[in-house]
Amino acid sequence: MKDHSILRSARTKSAVELVMHILFIVCGLLAVIAVLFISIYMIASGGPAIAKIGVFKFLFGQIWNPEAGQFGILPFILSSIVATALSILIAVPIGVGAAIFLTYMAGKKTGGIFLFIVELLASIPSVVYGLLGAMLVAPMIFKLQTMLSLPQSGSLLSATIVLVIMILPTIISVSASSLQAVPKTYNDASLALGSSKIQSIFKVLLPAAKSGIIAGIVLGVGRAIGETMAVMMVAGNAAMMPTLLGPVRLLTVGISLEWAYSSGLHREALYGIGLVLFVFIMIINIVLNIILKKGGKKA
Amino acid sequence: MIKKTSITEKRKRPLDKLAYFGIFLFAFLVFAMVVLFVVYILYNGIPGLTWEFLTTAPNPIEQTIGILPSIINTGYMILLAILFAVPVGVGGAIYLCEYAKNKRLIRIIEFTTETLSGIPSIIFGVFGYVFFCTLLNLKVSLLSGALTLTIIVLPTIVRTTGEALKAVPNSYREAAQGIGATKWYMIHTVLLPSASRGIITSIILAIGRIVGESAALILVSGGSAMYMPRGNFFEQIMGSGATLSVELYRYAYSRGENGIGFSIAVVLLAISVLLNLLVKLINKKLGTQKAES
Repeated sequence: MKDHSILRSARTKSAVELVMHILFIVCGLLAVIAVLFISIYMIASGGPAIAKIGVFKFLFGQIWNPEAGQFGILPFILSSIVATALSILIAVPIGVGAAIFLTYMAGKKTGGIFLFIVELLASIPSVVYGLLGAMLVAPMIFKLQTMLSLPQSGSLLSATIVLVIMILPTIISVSASSLQAVPKTYNDASLALGSSKIQSIFKVLLPAAKSGIIAGIVLGVGRAIGETMAVMMVAGNAAMMPTLLGPVRLLTVGISLEWAYSSGLHREALYGIGLVLFVFIMIINIVLNIILKKGGKKA
Repeated sequence: MIKKTSITEKRKRPLDKLAYFGIFLFAFLVFAMVVLFVVYILYNGIPGLTWEFLTTAPNPIEQTIGILPSIINTGYMILLAILFAVPVGVGGAIYLCEYAKNKRLIRIIEFTTETLSGIPSIIFGVFGYVFFCTLLNLKVSLLSGALTLTIIVLPTIVRTTGEALKAVPNSYREAAQGIGATKWYMIHTVLLPSASRGIITSIILAIGRIVGESAALILVSGGSAMYMPRGNFFEQIMGSGATLSVELYRYAYSRGENGIGFSIAVVLLAISVLLNLLVKLINKKLGTQKAES
């Protein structure tokens, strides 16, 4: 009789409940644990090299020559910053323009096709962009370099153009969804007051969607600064100070290019580059979080 | 004196015209770019895309190229990473939506999930190498790659599943608990089936990410796929090998064989389009289902 007691079945039931509850807590905390572990191991593996080389020498040294024991990553840092800034500067107007088209001007059918194209652009792997960049973009830059009697090589400009293409979908889709979130009444009200469609878009709707668009831009910054493969295939990768038509090596490429054959302090220095990049990314994430929180409060 | 600004006569706004021009130009630019890319990839890639190319391993003696090993490696990556990531990702989403009550904890979990999705793959590669390959001594292997990919796709799965769970009406929960279902019983009999389309969408998105990943995998799971994986299942996943994306990089960049690169790009593009269409299809069905209920 005891076997069929409702008390007992209640007990096993509550045991199952407890186990599942604990399992879900563990799963829920996994993201926290992962970020914690990544932070710890990036610091633990990158810190010693930076300490050995010297913080100042590492961050502001202008020469990267592992064979001679010179590990200055200033050229990488500056190249990354310049490439990111340039690509954002070009991608934002195009991306926001396309988002306006998608939200306010495209009909249902055109909008659907356009959205599919943007999603496709977002889902193409970065190596494919690298290949396209090397075959379509770089040859154009080669011609420009020949015209200016510069040596033909991968360049900051090629890398920037590839980055523009790669961050466009992020900026378009985030901007479009924040434009869509603006209440329709805003548009109606401004049109009723006699503004034209364009005035309404630029003076009312865009400002209302500002925080979302800025969030999209910050996301784009994160993508651009973290992109590795595509950039490696077009940037020339020489460890030199950034010039628009000269070869550059970005932080990300600094890690992957020499990874396979590095050892000892050289490998540790690559971990150090990883730590610097990680710090950049964490700063961007925190900024993004603050923007999103502010935007959330307003809404 | 009557001014010329009559309401029957539209005011000319040159700035408006310029803005229209800019917006349409930018939109057209994006459109034209994608069309150009697709056509260019197909034009350069399809000639090399033979049956032999897809179904053999590279043969240095006969000098034939085949990408079967990298296709198999990609398959293993998808299988293992999805196997690891889906249970924990869905579990995490369930915790966030159904269990967690502490607002602060929820915020921390959401922030770290966002952070994870913002970390570039090369950082995951360095971390994966230090943690999985070295510390856990899994070596440079497909398994290390799959574990690294698990962390990479985790935010996608948590977010997409979370959205699907939030879309399940509260009345479902109240009804289930009202007739005496315990929480876990309610979750696995009511909530998960209702959110199944969201979970499937998250899996498809994750597969897209896995197939496209390259920077991290070069560091943690190997840079070439010259040979078929050998031995039993465990020996195979403990071996190193390149996925399709990594193999594209190796041919196009390290060896300068762009034609082969484009042929692999066609395969990758086809996978991307297929996955995108699949998501569209699922969401469309979801839409009609909602309209019916």
